Amino acid sequence: MEGFINGIGIISPQKTFGTDDFLSEVVEHNSKSLRCIEPSYKEFLNPVLARRMARIIKMGIAASNVCFKDAKVEIPDAIMTGTALGCLEDTEKFLLAIIENDEQFLTPTSFIQSTHNTVSAQIALQLKCMNYNFTYVHKGFSFESAVLDGLMTLAEGEAKNVLVGGHDEMTDKYYRVCDRIGYFKEETVPTMELINSKTNGSIAGEGAAFFVLSNAKSESTYAKLRGIKTIYKPKSNQEIESKITELLSSNGLTANDIDVVVYGINGDARFDKTYYHLKDNFFKNSTATYFKHLCGEYQTAGSFAFWVASKLIKTQSIPSAILIGDSRSRGFTSDGEQGLAIKNVLIYNTFLDSDHSVFLLSQC
Amino acid sequence: MSSKIYITGMGVISAIGNNVAESFASLENLKSGVGMLDNIRSRHQDHIPVAEVKATNEELTIMAGLTLDQQSTRTALLGLIAAKEAVRSAGIKDIKEFRTGIISATSVGGMGMTENLWNDYLDTEKTGPWLKYIEAHECGDSTEFIADALGVKDYLSTISTACSSSANSIMFGARLIKHGLLDRVIVGGTDSMTRFTINGFNTLMILDKEQCKPFDANRQGLNLGEGAGFIVLESEKAAKGKEILAELSGYGNSNDAFHQTASSPDGAGAYLAMEKALKINGLKPSDIDYINAHGTGTSINDLSEGTAIDKLFSKNVPSISSTKAYTGHTLGACAVIEAVFSILSIKHNTIFPNLNYKTSMEELSFKPTTVLEKGKKINNVLSNSFGFGGNTSALIFSRHQQ
Repeated sequence: MEGFINGIGIISPQKTFGTDDFLSEVVEHNSKSLRCIEPSYKEFLNPVLARRMARIIKMGIAASNVCFKDAKVEIPDAIMTGTALGCLEDTEKFLLAIIENDEQFLTPTSFIQSTHNTVSAQIALQLKCMNYNFTYVHKGFSFESAVLDGLMTLAEGEAKNVLVGGHDEMTDKYYRVCDRIGYFKEETVPTMELINSKTNGSIAGEGAAFFVLSNAKSESTYAKLRGIKTIYKPKSNQEIESKITELLSSNGLTANDIDVVVYGINGDARFDKTYYHLKDNFFKNSTATYFKHLCGEYQTAGSFAFWVASKLIKTQSIPSAILIGDSRSRGFTSDGEQGLAIKNVLIYNTFLDSDHSVFLLSQC
Repeated sequence: MSSKIYITGMGVISAIGNNVAESFASLENLKSGVGMLDNIRSRHQDHIPVAEVKATNEELTIMAGLTLDQQSTRTALLGLIAAKEAVRSAGIKDIKEFRTGIISATSVGGMGMTENLWNDYLDTEKTGPWLKYIEAHECGDSTEFIADALGVKDYLSTISTACSSSANSIMFGARLIKHGLLDRVIVGGTDSMTRFTINGFNTLMILDKEQCKPFDANRQGLNLGEGAGFIVLESEKAAKGKEILAELSGYGNSNDAFHQTASSPDGAGAYLAMEKALKINGLKPSDIDYINAHGTGTSINDLSEGTAIDKLFSKNVPSISSTKAYTGHTLGACAVIEAVFSILSIKHNTIFPNLNYKTSMEELSFKPTTVLEKGKKINNVLSNSFGFGGNTSALIFSRHQQ
């Protein structure tokens, strides 16, 4: 199963939207909870409609819209998105109204928009797209399920272009709730220092990233997606390595063929060791990069990594902001200069050490 | 690649029974589970009827074969009870014998706990073992809870497409087998009663203050329900030598793309989903012996669905009923609960009646079946499920032909 990544639209805590730039400048948030840099929505939504919509819905509509334009696709043959928390802001709004008003004087708007499938549904509604429409909501496998479904749908032969996406938002209150169970650090860490942090927890993040996966290459193609694997609660590094090997060998590759690995390192002293084990052993010959200092940790952060991997292949360069320390193997410099060709990129990402995922992308 | 999808096990829990046998007995005895709310406190509990599983979370924990310290959300517990029954009924002794996955579905996940504990979560002075329910808020958490209890590890996912969620988990599971990615998948969904959903649907003014009356001209809305169901799908290889309850012979998903909550008057999305489902195995509308309708009892759904059915079947509609008046509308779980009922219909050549129906809708050509019908051979059952966001899904269950 494979698909061509022919279009991208991404709103994130970095300057990723409406630009061709690839992380040449890092936005420093000075916060433990990175929030998206939002565009003006006028271009994408009627202002009356936009006023009633929560942030995540607007971000989803704007990012998918740009994604379609990038891929020159008007109506996708299928829409599948992943979101662990769905429309958190509306969910919270309705929940608080129930609690504070003791189940009285409620209005339906936030309830209507609170369902997890609202973003997929609103994209379909805006496009009047009656095709296949799915929303996956499985923690760190949400975006990954959408991508697998996308590949399966293309392999089934009837669809030419499918929209896959990952989106999650953070709110002030939900940050405080998750902070109680050790998700986040006590201290604020500068963006470029996160990787050196020795404390527990990470920084919160959010984002909305959409991709058109197609059955054929086009002028706008970024890369070819050659496979995805998810690993649930792996018991050992050996189990992880054998799953990666399965994915690589089914594509006729070995670890040595991977030019760049994009790791989900998030500065959490409890969980980063898996990444370092892979980096220092299994992928010791590959250039190591990371991304969560830029977008924060969230369940669908794999979608940010998917953008990073696509851009690495398309631009054939590695921004210094994502290079890990002294990783200069294979001729890449830390200045983003072009070195040897970036042919194969692998993403290794986990959410809380239980939901692990591997993506394989190649130049085409 | 397995071209056939065999169903070898099923489990269900809802207001009409804690397992398949009890549910079948209630269906046959026209025993509705709609009543008054006992297990959660709500301002509406005396005037809005619901279909509740009459067991406390502690009782469900024991029923699920756990000790009280292993208690989880009501959503997770209901799910585990149904999933365990499904695995047992499929005669699975060693879950690792084949590549096995679980695809669950839910609309509100752990909201039942979140709505009780939200203020405590935000109060850093308070602490306790209940902090574990923070993670349980996420929809995927109940799936992982069930997977861990069953030892399922090869593939996990969770789907939330409102009231069509578990139709889509069945569909996705079947496709994972067809693509050769898994040999066996436990598919279904679970949702518990919450103040969040009771109040949500109440603000939309679509809750009937009496038992719901699907497809009746005087229908007043739906009754909320809670429950869970799981079925075991297996490839030809994995199912070899086992009793096959039925085959999943069709599935279709589309989007109505009409309105965030309301179905289109002509049921365009519903029509497309049913048409796609028939196409999978080349079935014709005339092959369908019984339709287990989504039939929620709301003014809009029943008209939209009925109109789409009239169109697809050229007003030559086979036996049809909604079983929502038995179980209430169990949201993310309704499609799989009705999948279990559809399989029971095939197994026992029985059509379960559409309770509370009196007056026919002028707009539709058909009347639902209102009495328990036995004896007519049921080979193919079409089951519909539609949700907010325009998500429309249809599944077809067929008699296994040796």
